[in-house]
Amino acid sequence: MTELRKKADPALIKRRYAAERRFRFYGLAALALTTAFLAVLLTDIVSRSLPAFTQYSAVLEVPVDPEKVDAANPAAGDYEGIVRAAWRELFPSVTTRADRRLLNGLLSGGGADELRRQVLSDPSLIGKTVKVPVMLSDDADLFLKGQMTSVSRTPGEGALRIRTEGENYFLSGQGLAAGTVVLADGGAFRIAADGEQAPAEVILAPAGAADVAAGQWQVMGFGVAESQRKLNDRQAVWLEEAREKGVLDRGIAWNFFLKGDSREAEQAGILGSIMGSLMVVFITIALSLPIGVAAAIYLEEFAPKNRLTEIIEVNINNLAAVPSIIFGLLGLAVFLGFFGMPRSVPLVGGIVIALMSLPTIIIASRAAIRAVPPSIREAALGVGASHQQAVFHHVLPLAMPGIMTGTILAVASAIGETAPLLLIGMVAFIVDVPTGFLDSATVLPVQIYLWSDLPERAFEARTAAAIVVLLLIMLVLNALAIFLRKKFERRW
Amino acid sequence: MKRFLIAASLVALTAAPAFAARDQIRIVGSSTVYPFTTAVAEQFGKTSGMKTPVVESTGTGGGFKLFCAGVGEAHPDFTNASRAIKKGEFEDCMKNGVTEVVEIKVGFDGLALADATAGSDMKLTKQQIFMALAKQVPDKDGKLIPNPYQMWSDIDPSLPAQKIEVYGPPPTSGTRDSFAELVMEKGAEAFDSLKELKKSDAKAFEAVWKSMREDGLFVEAGENDNLIVQKLIGNPNAIGIFGFANVAENSQLQALEIDGVRPTFETIASGEYKVARPLFVYAKKQHVGVIPGMAEFVAEYTSEKAVGEEGYLSEKGLIPLPGEDSDKVREAANAMTVLTVDMVK
Repeated sequence: MTELRKKADPALIKRRYAAERRFRFYGLAALALTTAFLAVLLTDIVSRSLPAFTQYSAVLEVPVDPEKVDAANPAAGDYEGIVRAAWRELFPSVTTRADRRLLNGLLSGGGADELRRQVLSDPSLIGKTVKVPVMLSDDADLFLKGQMTSVSRTPGEGALRIRTEGENYFLSGQGLAAGTVVLADGGAFRIAADGEQAPAEVILAPAGAADVAAGQWQVMGFGVAESQRKLNDRQAVWLEEAREKGVLDRGIAWNFFLKGDSREAEQAGILGSIMGSLMVVFITIALSLPIGVAAAIYLEEFAPKNRLTEIIEVNINNLAAVPSIIFGLLGLAVFLGFFGMPRSVPLVGGIVIALMSLPTIIIASRAAIRAVPPSIREAALGVGASHQQAVFHHVLPLAMPGIMTGTILAVASAIGETAPLLLIGMVAFIVDVPTGFLDSATVLPVQIYLWSDLPERAFEARTAAAIVVLLLIMLVLNALAIFLRKKFERRW
Repeated sequence: MKRFLIAASLVALTAAPAFAARDQIRIVGSSTVYPFTTAVAEQFGKTSGMKTPVVESTGTGGGFKLFCAGVGEAHPDFTNASRAIKKGEFEDCMKNGVTEVVEIKVGFDGLALADATAGSDMKLTKQQIFMALAKQVPDKDGKLIPNPYQMWSDIDPSLPAQKIEVYGPPPTSGTRDSFAELVMEKGAEAFDSLKELKKSDAKAFEAVWKSMREDGLFVEAGENDNLIVQKLIGNPNAIGIFGFANVAENSQLQALEIDGVRPTFETIASGEYKVARPLFVYAKKQHVGVIPGMAEFVAEYTSEKAVGEEGYLSEKGLIPLPGEDSDKVREAANAMTVLTVDMVK
């Protein structure tokens, strides 16, 4: 009795409530912390990835010259040439060879692809003028998105005097120093050297050589010095000019979804690696699900309980903890070495990853089968079903939700796997989108790894974007797992 | 059961027959050369009408292992290397029947020390870098002691009073090997006591310049140069060691002067900046005529429009060979001059 009364002591009760509140708080804090980490991670990745989903193009009126593109053989036409000519048309004052090279450099090497596609699908366009988007290079794209440098325009103080001596221009005005970029009278100059009458390089020719009144001219400033940028001042001014002319268009970067890998960021896409991933996952499921479930059924329902079975069980559990690179070594030695299968193909990748996910699937399936109440099995046997009928008609359908969950978890981790693929040659640069199980292919996480290592800045956004796509695929898979489980569960 | 047997034999049938003859060039090797070889491969695929070669990134050592494993369709046709082939690797090749190897020097890769533009623009010598990073350094009397320097100003009062904090590649990386040879060894030789040690006990000398300090001031930051870049931008006091291409691509970094020379495309190409290494591609001559496109790929890789001054590889950060060297390399490569034992160190 004394003890009971002691336990009912108000102070003790208070302490117990306090303990409970503290525990709840700890739980909530843990949850809040993980959510915060997740939120930071996701916002970081998503915000980095956004630039990769759009792409700047110049929308140009391109005359398809029948001399450059032969109607008899349109595939061999010089599309790049006519696209470049149309681009240069926008900048009539750019004439020197070096400048034209710089100007051409702003267009992507794949800039003419869209025109080529249109002309090939409709040869009647030859001889007409086509309005077509021409993709810009990755550096131009970064500049226009403001990721290369900030650009400012400050009105110049006082009047700007422009003097010409033949082809040469000399400017004088306040605050002009070597390297200053001046916009005046529709033209653009870059001061070449300091001086009272500073010699200036012409970036864009002005309308005339008249002096410009105060406030009518501007100094263009860049946040990052020219030597630290991939695009020089001239290219920056041309891009700004193109933007003002309204020919630039920021559209969805379809290349990112519809192309294979490329060393040019603006032409690189994830379709090749997504196809590779799909093929690998297909092979993985096709092999590991039937084998894994069969093994689980045998071990749970039919295997004699003896030493051998125990050894096998221990080994399966052990295999689930073996580092994945070991499976890669196995694949290299057995499938490439012994069977002579080709390197870099999804077939081998799928087999290796199937071996890797087998233990997980077997363990999950066994747990699911064991969780089916024995009464169900016994009832089936009691009305005269054979052991096999009891398993396939009654136990397996009821164990299916658990088996599905285990399999989808195993497949989800298989989708993110790179280490074993290194050894069988799937960590590779592959341009062509694979179309069969014996084509060279890579997978999405490998693509992310390869892009993350490239020096070009534009690949940073591509990497993040590919991660976002991978996360979305995972999300869809997990949603599918939940959906399937719920659907099957109703049969209980 | 019958159905199962049919299914099993179907699987066996698809797997068993010899796989279709390979009509695609396969390349393995260094991750440093990977960005350049992939660019050539892509260009080759676009212009030649043949399949785009597959380029794996396996590391220089792993590349030679695969390349030297044998002749035939199962083995790669080219391997990228951020250093020349070693004697052991060459012997391995010979043993496995890969007797005709062609060495192609494609250009240079500068190694740079860099920090964030917000950091201090230090002017370092190789000796100072050695003193900052070696595990053991000689004291005043030339005796080796564990590295006592904590601040750059401890090494030389003219350097800023800033904690030594350097991120670099791990020992498995080719970049690390090159850094050790090009900077640490030269830096160690600047000490008279170590110079003598080199003469008397070359092994002990090697151990001195190859061992980086392990007290946390030198941090092995992993193979991925971009990770180091991210760390530097976050921490202006830190310095990173990596390929010049990464510095050139990133406006938030500044390359530091070493021995009075700042690395730029020009100073590396002219040989004025000494911390640079040649990059190689090795071709298997025995595959010419067996795998389509071998000769054309070599021609593309050594062409002026790829490795020339204005070539598309220099845009990707490869430093071109000087004019005459590049002509010589082009000639030798297109003639497929085979590497002999005495050419390998």
